[in-house]
Amino acid sequence: MSILIDKDTKVICQGFTGKQGTFHSQQALDYGTQLVGGVTPERGGETHLGLPVFNTVQDAVDGTGATASVIYVPPFYAADAILEAVDAGIKLIVCITEGIPILQMLRVKAAMAGTGALLIGPNCPGVITPGECKIGIMPGKIHLPGVIGIVSRSGTLTYESVHQTTAQGLGQSTCVGIGGDPIHGMNFVDVLSRFQADEQTKGIVMVGEIGGGEEEDAADYIKAHVTKPVVAYIAGQTAPPGKRMGHAGAIVTGGKGTAEGKVAALKAAGIEVVSSPTDIGVAMKGCL
Amino acid sequence: MNIHEYQAKQLFLQYAIPVPEGRHTLSAEGAEQLAEELGGDGWVVKAQVHAGGRGKVGGVKLAKSLPEVVEFSRGMLGKRLVTQQTGAEGLPINSLLIEKIYPIKRELYLSLVVDRGSERIIFVASAAGGMDIETVAHETPEKIISVPVHPSAGLQGYQCRKVAYALGLKGPQIKALGKIMQGLYDLFLAKDASQIEINPLIETDTGELMALDAKINFDDNAVEAHPDILAMKDPDQEDEKENKAQQFGLNYITLEGNIGCMVNGAGLAMATMDLVKLKGGQPANFLDVGGGTNVEKVCEAFKLILSDHSVKAVLVNIFGGIVQCDIIASGILAAIEQVHVTIPVVVRLEGTNAEQGRALLNNTGLNLYAADDLAHAAEQVVALAEAA
Repeated sequence: MSILIDKDTKVICQGFTGKQGTFHSQQALDYGTQLVGGVTPERGGETHLGLPVFNTVQDAVDGTGATASVIYVPPFYAADAILEAVDAGIKLIVCITEGIPILQMLRVKAAMAGTGALLIGPNCPGVITPGECKIGIMPGKIHLPGVIGIVSRSGTLTYESVHQTTAQGLGQSTCVGIGGDPIHGMNFVDVLSRFQADEQTKGIVMVGEIGGGEEEDAADYIKAHVTKPVVAYIAGQTAPPGKRMGHAGAIVTGGKGTAEGKVAALKAAGIEVVSSPTDIGVAMKGCL
Repeated sequence: MNIHEYQAKQLFLQYAIPVPEGRHTLSAEGAEQLAEELGGDGWVVKAQVHAGGRGKVGGVKLAKSLPEVVEFSRGMLGKRLVTQQTGAEGLPINSLLIEKIYPIKRELYLSLVVDRGSERIIFVASAAGGMDIETVAHETPEKIISVPVHPSAGLQGYQCRKVAYALGLKGPQIKALGKIMQGLYDLFLAKDASQIEINPLIETDTGELMALDAKINFDDNAVEAHPDILAMKDPDQEDEKENKAQQFGLNYITLEGNIGCMVNGAGLAMATMDLVKLKGGQPANFLDVGGGTNVEKVCEAFKLILSDHSVKAVLVNIFGGIVQCDIIASGILAAIEQVHVTIPVVVRLEGTNAEQGRALLNNTGLNLYAADDLAHAAEQVVALAEAA
């Protein structure tokens, strides 16, 4: 088993015929993802990468039976794309787009309440169940089917964690990049609870960074509900306060959201926190 | 994106939020003329810089005569103001705001910010205005009230009344505060703000409410859609290198160490800085070159890093996923030759075709070290910087 996606997950791509959509759709197909079509308004009826193009997400869902969608549209169109997917009954929406205005995301999140749809991202690498299904921009080759669940706010640090757990021979059950934006879909707790319930997952790597309070919430949750070993790393210990470190969400404001505070909260919950990003794989192996 | 206080107050006026009568000027002579036009027997001279804490370091002065207006203006213009929010270099004072003085009965605090936890825009208010709100939050949290606004419902009357009563306002002041809050909320939405802060919001001796100070930040992701806000950008108040980086799609932040860092991905860039520190070094910068790294971007990144003369060695850390490491390695080589990098560069490449990439970087005759592992790379660059 895995979480969120597996070999049977049918996926469509929004922004299918664009440069990003085309490139990453081809990569997903090469990986073996069941990509079954895509959406580009006014291009319905065409064939792209050997797959049908639809005008609307609803048409794509009706035509293919897809339950997941990946979004590669530009930032000012992404909120619309997410809500179109929700409206068409898509269960899992993965939004890769970086740079969506925060007020648009506030409205999207409020509109999604009660719909049951899950959102991963935005500003994230996506989600992968190695050997089965890849939805997003992560390099497929570095993954190995295995037992570690990885959840991270950062793309490249997810790849680091994957690389290290692959090198240790542990492999990954599912890797979820929840994204670097302050307002986003699934959070640490949403993913941790699924890893805890998943039989395949034997250990969990959690990669956080400065800004917000989700790592602290995760610490509380892990203490109360997670029995599997968790290795955590928090990026941004040397980040100056008040500066946005690349990710829109990575900022320390008013003394809140510091790496120090997050590390302390995680340690207080009995979680192994590595101080070097190069020790993630070894520490995970040591916990099993 | 930040704007000046005088610009924020112009926006306030557009949204019917009362501010002191005042004008903006670039010269001491202008200041004198404005003070005369404003009338009265006292004025406040305010340095326009993108930082708070001005009052404590002589950036806000009360003048009791026109000669004093001139004296204070001359004293500020052309100088750099160092506040607790600016760093040691400070920010240039290129213009001033001259305002009338109003008798203050009470100082309140009112702000509007996106709260990540509740995923709402929230109003934060306190009767303890004029102080640093973080200090109030820390020492007397009971003095702070926060009110979340639902994005679909919008701001409600009862929410404004709740804040008004918490601030101890009475009678017509309650309606006045409601108007100010509605104005702030409308402004926040219309211009894609990320934070608006009034500290202090004053109650004058006649009971009027007025924004004595005004601070607005805008969402960098949305500002493109607002040409009027973009036109308020003042590059003199921003880090020259950070601005330049932006033009090339690079994310760069100056720090105070001597080890330059070039990394793909924001998280990995932060982690690389942390690792340099952990190994006993000091990072000189945060630099995310992003995905799809090409020669032009890497060249610009090297130029930025080398423009900081305290940099003694550079650590390049690239996790090549989709882009193969051998292609990245050729790009780095081309950039080092084009930019004539002479200080030591340690490169850590990982991902697809990493070995081929490292092979390209070895034995080039350049001051270049290909590391096979990130921990070693960090140790090596720290040692090289120390030896330099």
